[in-house]
Amino acid sequence: MLEIRNLHARAGEHEILRGIDLTLKPGEVHAIMGPNGSGKSTLAQVLAGRETYAVTAGEARYLGRDLLEMKPEERSREGLFLAFQYPVEIPGVSNMYFLRAALNAARKQQGLEELDAADFLARVRDKIRLLGMEESLLQRSVNEGFSGGEKKRNEIFQMAVLEPKLAVLDETDSGLDIDALKVVAQGVNALRDPERGILLVTHYQRLLNYIVPDYVHVLSNGRIVRSGGKELALELEEKGYGWLETAAVA
Amino acid sequence: MSTPATDIELLANREYQYGFVTDIEADTIPRGLNEQIIRLISAKKREPEFMLEWRLRAFRQWQQMREPEWANVKYPPIDYQGIIYYAAPRQAKDQPKSLDEVDPELLKTYEKLGVPLRERELLAGVAVDAVFDSVSVATTFREKLASLGIIFCSFSEAVREHPDLVRRYLGSVVPSSDNFFASLNSAVFSDGSFVYVPKGVRCPMELSTYFRINAQDTGQFERTLIIADEGAQVSYLEGCTAPKRDSNQLHAAVVELVALDHATIKYSTVQNWYPGDAEGRGGIYNFVTKRGKCAGRGAKISWTQVETGSAITWKYPSCILQGEDSIGEFYSVAVTNHRQQADTGTKMIHLGRNTRSTIVSKGISAGFGQNTYRGMVKMLPGAAGARNYSQCDSLLLGDKCGAHTFPVLEVRNPTARVEHEASTSRIGEDQLFYCRQRGLSMEDAVSMIVNGFCKTVFRELPMEFAVEAQKLLGVSLEGSVG
Repeated sequence: MLEIRNLHARAGEHEILRGIDLTLKPGEVHAIMGPNGSGKSTLAQVLAGRETYAVTAGEARYLGRDLLEMKPEERSREGLFLAFQYPVEIPGVSNMYFLRAALNAARKQQGLEELDAADFLARVRDKIRLLGMEESLLQRSVNEGFSGGEKKRNEIFQMAVLEPKLAVLDETDSGLDIDALKVVAQGVNALRDPERGILLVTHYQRLLNYIVPDYVHVLSNGRIVRSGGKELALELEEKGYGWLETAAVA
Repeated sequence: MSTPATDIELLANREYQYGFVTDIEADTIPRGLNEQIIRLISAKKREPEFMLEWRLRAFRQWQQMREPEWANVKYPPIDYQGIIYYAAPRQAKDQPKSLDEVDPELLKTYEKLGVPLRERELLAGVAVDAVFDSVSVATTFREKLASLGIIFCSFSEAVREHPDLVRRYLGSVVPSSDNFFASLNSAVFSDGSFVYVPKGVRCPMELSTYFRINAQDTGQFERTLIIADEGAQVSYLEGCTAPKRDSNQLHAAVVELVALDHATIKYSTVQNWYPGDAEGRGGIYNFVTKRGKCAGRGAKISWTQVETGSAITWKYPSCILQGEDSIGEFYSVAVTNHRQQADTGTKMIHLGRNTRSTIVSKGISAGFGQNTYRGMVKMLPGAAGARNYSQCDSLLLGDKCGAHTFPVLEVRNPTARVEHEASTSRIGEDQLFYCRQRGLSMEDAVSMIVNGFCKTVFRELPMEFAVEAQKLLGVSLEGSVG
């Protein structure tokens, strides 16, 4: 469902992605690991269409379409979801209103009827429970005054409601204590589906104890320097990233 | 696939929706301003002598005054002799008794503006006074209101039918010598609305005035006076639009509110005068004096305004908190896009003990728009235990617009408390991207973020107006984010 070939991207003068190749099929969970500054988050943002990055070469196809030609909102409506590393606050806009607008934008695209407030609420109730969140959170402004953990849970909650085809999770584990991590992982695992692809971007191996990936890729200096199965993550845990960075140069 | 650039062009070029001109024969007077003109206006309105004298005194005061220059707005000099001070649509009868006597062309105009007078008469809920250029053309629901002793009529009619009330309260809050534009208005005002709610009566419906400028080169100088007697309650709304014209037109209104013991007046405005085009040609110069006096104990006056139109807005709806325990409120959203300039805010003058006031101001600037909040909170020696809370937030869309805040606090009673919070933020690329990543279009994202920013003000508006205000905000900001 996602095919990336030789993708290059830069922020200003600084080239960050320097030739990424990746293929992700429905039902697969891929983990992208790498040290700080390797380009992991940039890759996630470029896939979602963030305009602060310029794609300078290569291509990305999503569900047979040229992903790079699509506006961010189109990518979203076509089922590409990005769980943000730093979820953004929108004061005065209730979480419920925001999420319903998002869901209806996708439904409209699919030719489905838009949901009113009552239908929407019925639909989201069990997903709130899944993430162990308070229902009152729906009435609060989007991410405003949320703790770090609440923000991350809210991202996964949104994902659960929007039921994307391809979910990109950017450092969803960062800043979570172990209990929150388990809840979030449980939320993600509940969404594993033969039709759904998941791309996990993470710095640490610990998330992968709870969400076990099918493939692990190591990103260094804007390139994937090693790909393997889930055991690669354990190897990294043991040897650190330095091992691969040296190997890549050699 | 459409590109962002073409979308934005399309939206930016969308027309001001209310820019049409009604083709109706007008009764106008010669251009210019002198005593003769004032006598002529007064004669046309068949006013009693006291009114003419009041006008002439105001005119003499005005002649001694200079146009204020302290506001943060720039505009070429206004030629006060080039303006037509009175224009009225010609009607078979000069004071129609029912909507059947109103020129169908006028009824059609208000229908196009989304204020269908007939329907509003049928659907209970909102009573409308429709002011077209210099005169009130229709007032609905009069009988029903009269049965409760409520007077809701055009100002001209009030001058003739209720001269005692007018004499007693006219100028009691905004004296004719108050400021340059208020004095000008006092000399030449042509019409407006008058409301009196008697003791203990709670007005059962929203009262509203819909102001429309139609004729070219005319100014609109309306005057509104609302009196809520002891224990009375009233909610009043005003809306305004004007045709698109390349030349600027002057609007200098005065609104006076008087709330006696335990009376409540809620005054809401959605101001959508023609703002001028993207290059700043045309548009209304809106110089307005609005002030309310909480004359009695426990009285409350609440101003809510949504200012999206006009090339220039100069307006400070204020409260004089004279009665003990009286309350003043000011909730404002002001939007400036393209070349619009707004200098708006409020004055809360605390005279009485334990008086309270709240100020919430939300300024939004886009394009080359300049938005200024100017506020004054004054705690006078008698205002023991008085409190004020002010919050002024500015939101910038783009990097060519400006936001300015000039708060003045003057506290002369040691037991009075004043709190002031202010913020300026730029609508974030990160906020927009977050919304778009969730499937919202750029325009919807801007509208959602801006509406969220204004929420504390919008929830003060009557339901019907809140919806209109939200839509208006969307239209005003179209094409403002690239």
